[in-house]
Amino acid sequence: MKIEVLGTGCSKCKTLEEATKQAVAQSGQFAQIEKVEDIMKIMEYGVMSTPALVIDGKVMSTGKVLSVNEIIELIKAH
Amino acid sequence: MWQESVNILVYEWLKMAYGERLSDALNFFIYDTVKILFLLTTIIFAVTLLRSYFSTEKVRVYLSKRHEYTGNILAALFGIITPFCSCSAIPLFLGFLQARIPLGVTFSYLISAPLNNEIAIAMLLTMFGWKVAALYIGFGLLVAIIGGIIIGRLGLEKEILIEVKPLEGELNVDEEKIAFKTRLKDAYDYTLNILQKIWLYVLIGVGAGAFIHGYVPTEFITSIAGGDNPFAVPLATLLGVPMYSNAAGVMPLIEVLTSKGMLMGTALSFMMAITALSLPEAMILKRIMSLKLIAIFFGTVTLGIIGVGYLFNALL
Repeated sequence: MKIEVLGTGCSKCKTLEEATKQAVAQSGQFAQIEKVEDIMKIMEYGVMSTPALVIDGKVMSTGKVLSVNEIIELIKAH
Repeated sequence: MWQESVNILVYEWLKMAYGERLSDALNFFIYDTVKILFLLTTIIFAVTLLRSYFSTEKVRVYLSKRHEYTGNILAALFGIITPFCSCSAIPLFLGFLQARIPLGVTFSYLISAPLNNEIAIAMLLTMFGWKVAALYIGFGLLVAIIGGIIIGRLGLEKEILIEVKPLEGELNVDEEKIAFKTRLKDAYDYTLNILQKIWLYVLIGVGAGAFIHGYVPTEFITSIAGGDNPFAVPLATLLGVPMYSNAAGVMPLIEVLTSKGMLMGTALSFMMAITALSLPEAMILKRIMSLKLIAIFFGTVTLGIIGVGYLFNALL
């Protein structure tokens, strides 16, 4: 599983990245986490409000700092 | 009801003398803080809940089918009801252009969205009532619409430093079904988050306001920010720029200043400059726009805001 955190480097994006790391650790699943800061890559996902969370190429959430539990739910649902 | 409770607290429980500067200032401070924090929570919660039904993605689909003028007007209106954060300014800007939305229409949105942010609207409603809030929003829309049309007419497309590839095919947004309960919870979390960020600024703002209320003579304020000073409006606009994102702290100050003789147009210009002209946003936008375009963008908005201030002062 590959999880990407899209964000141009604002504080909210860092918070989401941290929450994602915690969520993956707690979920017990193996996932690769990548922080995407390149604006062109973010645009390719069609995302207009950051931070956004992408799992295996699918945009799961935009413009929101998800809680650790919400991210775990998304990982499980995937 | 609030005023009476505060009176009892200050004059009876704390046994402070009525009509003295210190007790008056303290009374004002407690009353204002409680009132503001309560109303702020309610309004931000309501606005956030309402906004959860509008996303920038939906707005983009809608705007991509419009032309100049109607596009500018709609873009400015959408700026009120969609959430905006300056950290999203770049993806939003490029996303609009990708959808072939004209540059001027995109700018109308980019001017209106930060101007009509939830904290500013909540503070305005709380401190000045709905009439001033409506004037602020109305004149803000005017600046956004006209500013966008002017920028659109200048043919500045080449001033964008990144090549924007238009999106292929039809734009579509998957309609997400979110339960009302989830929306309520999201709005609650968001409101709490905002309050944690701004409560200290509100306290400082009200504290400074209470000080002015009790200690600074009215004549002093009138001479600087009242009708006697013809440069009050541009001065207020320039002063507003470095106060970015501190609408929560500055609005209580403005309330006191207006009660002490600051003209309402000058106050409106000040408020608009605080929300619309943001240096951090300019720094962020520099990554994708030439300095020339940023200067034109900020210059147009500044002139618009100063115009609103003078116009309003002249009318009233």
